[in-house]
Amino acid sequence: MTAAVFAFYLFAVVLITAAVMVILSRNPVHSVLWLIVCFFNAGGLFILLGAEFLAMLLVIVYVGAVAVLFLFVVMMLDIDFAELRSGMARYLPFGLAVGGVLLTEIILAVGSWQAGAGVPLFDVLAGVPDGMTNTQWIGSVLYTRYLYIFQAAGLVLLVSMIGAIVLTHRQRIGTKRQSIAHQVARTPKNAVHPAQPGVGQGVEL
Amino acid sequence: MTFTGWFQSYLGDGLGWFAGTLVLILAIMLPVMVGVAMAVYADRKIWAAMQMRRGPNVVGPFGLLQTFADAAKLFLKETIIPSSASKAVFLLAPMISFVLALAIWAVMPFDAGLVLADLNVGLLYVFAVSSMGVYGIIMSGWASNSKYPFLGGLRSAAQMVSYEVSMGFILVAVMLYAQSLNLSDIVMAQKGNVLGLLNGNIFNPLLFPMGIMFFITALAETNRPPFDLPEAEAELVAGYQVEYSSMSFALFFLGEYANILFMCALIPVLFLGGWLPPLDWAPLYLVPGFVWMLVKMAFMFFCFAWVKAAVPRYRYDQLMRLGWKVFLPLSLFWVVVVSGWLMFFTDKFVAAPGSVVL
Repeated sequence: MTAAVFAFYLFAVVLITAAVMVILSRNPVHSVLWLIVCFFNAGGLFILLGAEFLAMLLVIVYVGAVAVLFLFVVMMLDIDFAELRSGMARYLPFGLAVGGVLLTEIILAVGSWQAGAGVPLFDVLAGVPDGMTNTQWIGSVLYTRYLYIFQAAGLVLLVSMIGAIVLTHRQRIGTKRQSIAHQVARTPKNAVHPAQPGVGQGVEL
Repeated sequence: MTFTGWFQSYLGDGLGWFAGTLVLILAIMLPVMVGVAMAVYADRKIWAAMQMRRGPNVVGPFGLLQTFADAAKLFLKETIIPSSASKAVFLLAPMISFVLALAIWAVMPFDAGLVLADLNVGLLYVFAVSSMGVYGIIMSGWASNSKYPFLGGLRSAAQMVSYEVSMGFILVAVMLYAQSLNLSDIVMAQKGNVLGLLNGNIFNPLLFPMGIMFFITALAETNRPPFDLPEAEAELVAGYQVEYSSMSFALFFLGEYANILFMCALIPVLFLGGWLPPLDWAPLYLVPGFVWMLVKMAFMFFCFAWVKAAVPRYRYDQLMRLGWKVFLPLSLFWVVVVSGWLMFFTDKFVAAPGSVVL
C-alpha cells in the first residue's frame, strides 16, 4: 500500500466518521467541531487529487471563516439538550424521508453521469498545461472562459449579502456615537476658554 | 545529494524520506522553541528598559536562563481541570494552539533553498493555518465553562475573523507583485525591487502602506498589545487562559510566542526582502542569507516588543472600527491601485503564463 492510498483511506475514514459524529453528538458545539474536522479532511482529499489551491481555499474559507461564525452562533444559543433529544422519535420518519430522497437523487446523478460517458455534456478541459501551477490555471480559466458565470455567482453572493444586511439592520435611536474625526479635529483653541472671574462672580460659558 | 536523499540511500525510499523529514522538522522546531524562550526574555528586557527597570537579571548570566526557570516551575505545577468543563475539548484546545503554531513554520524559507516544504501555495498555507489558530482560543474559552474565558474566546473569534479580511487583501497585493504564492519566489521577486538597488517591497512606495498595515494586522492576529483584548487582564483576568494551569497553560504560551516569532519572520519575507541584504550590492551578499534573515527577525521582534511597551490597549469598539472601517476599505482600494499599476505600467500580467491579451 503506497503512502497516497494510505492517506486517502485515512482522510476518507476520518471524514465519514466525523460526518456521522456531526449528527450523532448531543452537544451542538461538539457537532460544529466535528464539522470542522470534516472540512479539514476534505481539504486533505483535495491535496491528494493535486488540487492544492482548492484545498487551501477550503480550509481558509470554511474552516477559517464560516465554521468560526457557526461556532460563534451555536456557542451563544441557550438550548435545553434533553428537550432537543425528546423530539427525536417524532422527527425520525421525516428525517429519514428527506435523507432517502437525497440519496436517491445522488444515486441517479452519479448513474446518469456514468451512463452519459459517450455524450459530450460538457467539453471537459484538459489537465494543467506544463510550466503552469494549478493556481495560475484556475485563474486563467475562471477569468476568461467562465467569466460570465463567475461574475453571476459573485452577483448572487452580493445580493444575498445586501439582503442579510437589510433584514438585520436597524436604526437605534438615542445611542451616543463616537466621531473620531470630530475628536481629532478638536484643539485647545476651541475647547479651552480662559476666564478670570472676580470674587463672588460666576463665569459665563 | 539532498539531505533527505542521504537518508534514503541508507534506509530505502519510504523510510528514508520519513526519517530525513523528521530530522528536518526537529531542526526547525528545536531552534524555534529556544527562540521562543529567548523571545520571552527579550520581550521582558525591552519592556523593562522602556520603563527604566532592569528586568530579569538573576537566573544565569544577565538573567538569560529566566525563561527556562519559569518553564521548569510551570511544569512542576498541578494540572487542574475544572469539574464542569467539557474535558476533551478543554484538553484539545492548547494542543491545537501549539501544533498549529509549529506547523506554520513548515513553509518558512530561511535562506535560498533552505525550506522544509517548498509549496507553490505557501502563502495560502500560511493564511489557512493562521486562520485556524483561532480554534485553540475559541475552544478553550467555551470548554472552560466560565464567564471570563468565554468572553475572551468570543472577543478573539470576532477579532481574528475581522483582521483576516484585510490581511488577505494585503497578501493579494504582495502576491500580485511577485506573481507567485511561493514564499521563496516572493523573496526573490524583491531582489533589486526599487531602482535595481534596494531589496524589499517596503522600499517600494506602492507597497509601503501595505507593509505598515500588515505589521498592525500581524499584531492583531497574534493577540499582541495593543490588540490583546482576548486576554485583557484589566477586564477578563487572563481571558481564555484563566482556567489553565501547568502544561496546558505552557502550551498556550509557547504557541502564542511561536506565532509571534512566525509573524516576525513572515514580515521580512513579504516586505523586507527575506534573506537578501537590504542593498543589492555584491559585498553584502558575503554575509550568509540566514544571518540577514535572523537579523530582520530580531529587528521585527524588537518592533513588536516596542509597540507592547509604548501603546495602550484599544477599546473593543475601536478595534472593530479599525478593522472594518479603516483597514478593509484601505486595503481593498490599495489592491485596486496595485493591480492597476501592474496592468497599465508594467508587463507583469502579459508575461504571466495563461494570460490573455486584452
